[in-house]
Amino acid sequence: MREDYLILNDLVKIFGGARESVVAVDHVSLQVREGELVTLLGPSGCGKTTTLRMIAGFEFPTSGDIHLDGERMNNVPPNRRPTTMVFQNYALFPHMSVAQNIAYGLKIHRVAGRQIKERVEEVMRLVGLKGMGGRPPAQLSGGQQQRVSLARSLIMEPKVLLLDEPLSNLDAKLRESTRIEIRKLQRRVGITSVYVTHDQEEAMTLSDRVVIMNEGRIQQIGTPSEIYSHPANRFVADFIGKANFLDARIAAVDSPTGLTLDVYGTDLKVSAATESLAEGMNVIVVVRPESVALESKPAGGLTGVIQESVYLGSETVYEVQLEDRLITVKVPNPEEHTLFAVDQEVAVLLKEKSLHILPAEEPAG
Amino acid sequence: MNVSTRRTREIIASMRIIWKEPLLLVAILAIFYFLILFVAFPIFQVFRYSLVVDKQFDPSNYVAVFSARYYYQPFLNSILLGTITATTGSIMGFGFAYALTRTALPLKGFFRQTITFPIISPPFVVALSAILLFGRAGSLAPILQRIIGEYSIYGLGGLVFVETIAYGPTAFLVLYGVLQAIDPALEEASMDLGASRARVFTTVTLPLAVPGIASAWLLVFIQSMADFGNPMIISGDFRVLSVQAFLQITGMYDLSRGATLAVLLFIPTTVAFFLQKYWVSRKSYVTVTGKPTAATIKRLEWYIKVPVYTLCIVFTAMVFLLYGTIIYGSFQKLWGVDRTLTLNNYVQMFRVGKDYIIDSLSLSTLATPLTGLLGMFIAFLVVRKRFIGRGVMEFTSMLTFAVPGTVVGIGYILAFNQRSALFPFILTGTGWIIVLLLIFRNMPVGIRSGIAALQQIDPAIEEASTDLGADSSTTFRRVTLPMIAPAFFSGLAFGFVKAMTAISAVIFVVSGKWNLITVAILGFVDNSQYAPAAAMSLLLIVIVMISLGIIQLVVNRIGQGVRTTTIIG
Repeated sequence: MREDYLILNDLVKIFGGARESVVAVDHVSLQVREGELVTLLGPSGCGKTTTLRMIAGFEFPTSGDIHLDGERMNNVPPNRRPTTMVFQNYALFPHMSVAQNIAYGLKIHRVAGRQIKERVEEVMRLVGLKGMGGRPPAQLSGGQQQRVSLARSLIMEPKVLLLDEPLSNLDAKLRESTRIEIRKLQRRVGITSVYVTHDQEEAMTLSDRVVIMNEGRIQQIGTPSEIYSHPANRFVADFIGKANFLDARIAAVDSPTGLTLDVYGTDLKVSAATESLAEGMNVIVVVRPESVALESKPAGGLTGVIQESVYLGSETVYEVQLEDRLITVKVPNPEEHTLFAVDQEVAVLLKEKSLHILPAEEPAG
Repeated sequence: MNVSTRRTREIIASMRIIWKEPLLLVAILAIFYFLILFVAFPIFQVFRYSLVVDKQFDPSNYVAVFSARYYYQPFLNSILLGTITATTGSIMGFGFAYALTRTALPLKGFFRQTITFPIISPPFVVALSAILLFGRAGSLAPILQRIIGEYSIYGLGGLVFVETIAYGPTAFLVLYGVLQAIDPALEEASMDLGASRARVFTTVTLPLAVPGIASAWLLVFIQSMADFGNPMIISGDFRVLSVQAFLQITGMYDLSRGATLAVLLFIPTTVAFFLQKYWVSRKSYVTVTGKPTAATIKRLEWYIKVPVYTLCIVFTAMVFLLYGTIIYGSFQKLWGVDRTLTLNNYVQMFRVGKDYIIDSLSLSTLATPLTGLLGMFIAFLVVRKRFIGRGVMEFTSMLTFAVPGTVVGIGYILAFNQRSALFPFILTGTGWIIVLLLIFRNMPVGIRSGIAALQQIDPAIEEASTDLGADSSTTFRRVTLPMIAPAFFSGLAFGFVKAMTAISAVIFVVSGKWNLITVAILGFVDNSQYAPAAAMSLLLIVIVMISLGIIQLVVNRIGQGVRTTTIIG
């Protein structure tokens, strides 16, 4: 397994002319391992699709380099690149049957007829489209069209498979099952993949690593759990899952990996790399809704008042007024707990292990 | 309950609703009467005159036509001309559409404006200009002669050249819409799978555009077959149906022979129209929504750029040359002989043609709003109301679009030069016959833009109005009309342009008392007075452009920003 199978080196893409220009991709660097599935995740306009399209060759970088399997790709047109793309709206050729769609790339590459037939059948079996080769794509359901698109790309055995929000046109149920299928298929084939999405749940379930982008810049690269438990900044924390942000002051630096925080007058022990931190600094504490426990009897510590309560079956979500902040709290298995009423005063217990701190004034972006 | 009884019940139920709104019922009946009288009846008359001799069915006209080369040659010529022009026009239109949707051609707006310009100019202006440039005394004739040898601009070659410039833009507009509607992701997908630009074109772009190309081809074929002005000026010995039918009637007063030729013109054009409307458009893979997709324009190979850009530049230059010649020619003392600049042509043009100009302006001004209102109302009925005969109404109202002007013109003479059970007045020789002809000939444009506009409006908005107590006419007036106003005014713009530049049909119904500017121009050309003809053509173009400008201002004021040019064609 090569660590540097696909390399994006300081990629910049500027759209528009001299008068009006937009920096779509702003100094993006990334290394993708062979066989890995990396997701580019971010809100719309964050540059993730542009980055993908530069890998495919549809856009040419303003500066920076793309290397694939040791070869510089910058000036290679898309038809000569060993990458294939699954398009957001599938882009199936409406004037060709399913089998013709899938066979298209092999035909372009002048593969022998019999071989094409064999491979088309094999790929169709792989994605579960057996027996549908003769149909026009318009007669297929959205999920089936999606699979044709996937098959059409996979049959080329590309060095990198590119997926541009492939599930966004499917309904919620189908999206979930297809997501799992894509992941299984990708593992089985072992194909290096770059996947673009704006859906964080999709990114979390699919990826080996997630690249979070905003305004053309990479915010953080990491495994799903790294990103969730140790967000690099406020944007990442807010974008991945729900997060409450509390202002705090460092009361004491206890050790290289532990410190004491003063949160609204209550001391909390938190583990963090304290290298760049010092006593008296202001920080932001990232508190996930599920990292908070509520108890009915205020016993010193933090207290809050329930403002809103939403019963969701598997959990109850509360909005709690904590000093000057309104925080969201998720309590699982509501049947095992007492339910709190609106306006009730409660003790707010922050689970110290799952707290994460960020510098109070972070650089813009 | 089986299907037919259910349908019967539905129809009865919808009739009941209409009964409750007598105003709507009266309007529907009135429109049917008008459509029968001014659309169907004239065409029926043309067939009747060709088939009935001395009150008896008699195919002798057809036998005569097909046994004399003098008569059937024009038929073959027209088909030949239509076929060649449709092919050259489609190629040109496709080249332009490809350049404007798929390449990084600079100044796209400029190219687009220039190529569509012939649509708003009188159709025969191109022929006039071609004579000035390449005719016997043409200023470029010696140069052209040196290149291609002895030639005559009069005949098939000249006609194809002129009609390609005049009707290629129609093909362009159709194909521009089609190419714009092809999802660029399809071409990207093809490229992504390894296809070169040329393979992308042959395996994806072209196959997807084929129905659009067929559509464009058929439309240009129809326009070329039906063209009267250009062949009248430039066909020479190459006789075509539209001109021959005209000469039979106005030159030899042979109504039944003229009607027979008109039928021969009617059949291929109508067949082409229905092929286009009901067969080709159904084969289409792309739906033209008018929503432009951002085509990905990336590095293009030279073998695509060079021919496509050359085509664009050559044709654009040609349009400038042809219309520039009209301007230049209108100020010259005697074209090809005396190049002194003068205003004499304008003086002469006004002296001879003042009445023509006034008639043209007043009749078109009267016809245009009526065309627009009627078109809109029919569009409203067809899209929003359910009643027996709805399909027939749509069909009949679109019919005048398919039928060549020559056929309609002959039909109007035959239908309204005597009293009939349908209509107890003689219209021939009056201004009314011209106004009515203009209204019913241009109405399909109003209907089309109305249908397009209405289909974009959620019926729920109108249902809300009905729900709050308004009846059909109030809803139409207070809710529908304001929303479709931009389309309405764009329809008006085109209606006015068509009315001012019409020739093929109206030439049959003009009279000493009421005459039109286009007929006057043809008269000048007939007398070889090319300079006054150019002056008058220029005046006509200026009038048309000013009125388009005014209507565009109105549309912008209304706020939807629909460009008149997008409705045209």
